[in-house]
Amino acid sequence: MADAALKLGAEPKTTFLDKVSDLLPEQGHLNLCLTCGACSSGCPATGLEGMDPRKFLRMAALGMDEEVTSTPWVWMCTMCTRCVHACPMQINIPQLVFQARKSWPEEKKPRGIVQSCKAAMIDKATSSMGATSEDFVESVEETLEQVRSQQRGYKDLQVTFDRKGAKYFLNQNSREPMAEPDEMVPLWKIMHEAGADWTYGTAGWAAENYCMFAGNDEEWEKIVRIKAEAVDALGCEYWLNTE
Amino acid sequence: MREGKIKLSSDWNKDLKIKFTIQDPCNLVRKTFGDSVAGDMRYVLKACVGEENFVDPWPNKSNNFCCGGGGGFLQPGFKSARQDYGKIKHDQIMETGAKYVIPPCHNCHSQVHDLSIHYEGGYECVHLWTVMAMSMGILGPDERVYLDANLSECGINECTLPPDE
Repeated sequence: MADAALKLGAEPKTTFLDKVSDLLPEQGHLNLCLTCGACSSGCPATGLEGMDPRKFLRMAALGMDEEVTSTPWVWMCTMCTRCVHACPMQINIPQLVFQARKSWPEEKKPRGIVQSCKAAMIDKATSSMGATSEDFVESVEETLEQVRSQQRGYKDLQVTFDRKGAKYFLNQNSREPMAEPDEMVPLWKIMHEAGADWTYGTAGWAAENYCMFAGNDEEWEKIVRIKAEAVDALGCEYWLNTE
Repeated sequence: MREGKIKLSSDWNKDLKIKFTIQDPCNLVRKTFGDSVAGDMRYVLKACVGEENFVDPWPNKSNNFCCGGGGGFLQPGFKSARQDYGKIKHDQIMETGAKYVIPPCHNCHSQVHDLSIHYEGGYECVHLWTVMAMSMGILGPDERVYLDANLSECGINECTLPPDE
């Protein structure tokens, strides 16, 4: 008979990596790292804050939860997924980064991202610049009027809002109507020349969604729902996201 | 284009030979539609500027680098880190020798624009739809202010002229 198993003092702890594994399909392959470094060698965020994707994953694997959930590097990784693309084991490092972002207390998260998320919650427009539906309509109509009066081929150029049954629901990044309205015109003209049956909506017209970047799932979902419902309410067949 | 509903011509660039390159937005290409949409973008851009005036970056398509404008990075807070991140994108663009970069994504657009200024790259960022409208001859005067002076007269059809009084 062998001696009884040796019992170590410390209870095995559930690490941050374990928790994230439980959330992901096939555990995000987080335990399959071969330490080859293909992720880091092709990552533009390598070296920022003394961090890189492999190091971040290895630290998580070693249970260095404090470091992993407090490094500002998670806000410098854009979660572009190039590391997953390069990885022989398809390890979902970006999701580990995203969950690390989520673990930050709201007041410590980078203020710009948090505020852009908050701004989108004030109106059904969902604009991270805080622009309202009225702002959007006004900017579009003013720009449209200019084109109609200044360009002979576009006297009757049409842009509609909330037109039921249009085939395409087109949205627009807030930056265009608010900062560079003339940049919308070529798009309208192309749609016109192609004979596309399209409309803007007054709800959910803003393409961006900073709540995703802020690691705020609840608000992120709210925004996506406002947008999707706006498309459904008009019965549009396609949602064209210019973002 | 494939259905013949819109016609693009690169004739305006036959003699000018202005070089264009493209950015593959991560969300559009690697994370969503893959190399097929990257191919579609090139199909459109080549029709606009001429095949010989398109310079593909390397690496490209699903293997392209993120510009550094994604994930909320553009928001204030980590500006110098964002520009350091973008150095690899800047070098890649410089390598193409292109004067114009077409980044069909707003984050990429703002980031690549900022990289050109920060690293004094001298390249410009333009929407794909702007180049398309130019190649269709329907780009109006106010819609050209984002282009270099040598493109102020390119591909203008009568439709964009002021109305007859």
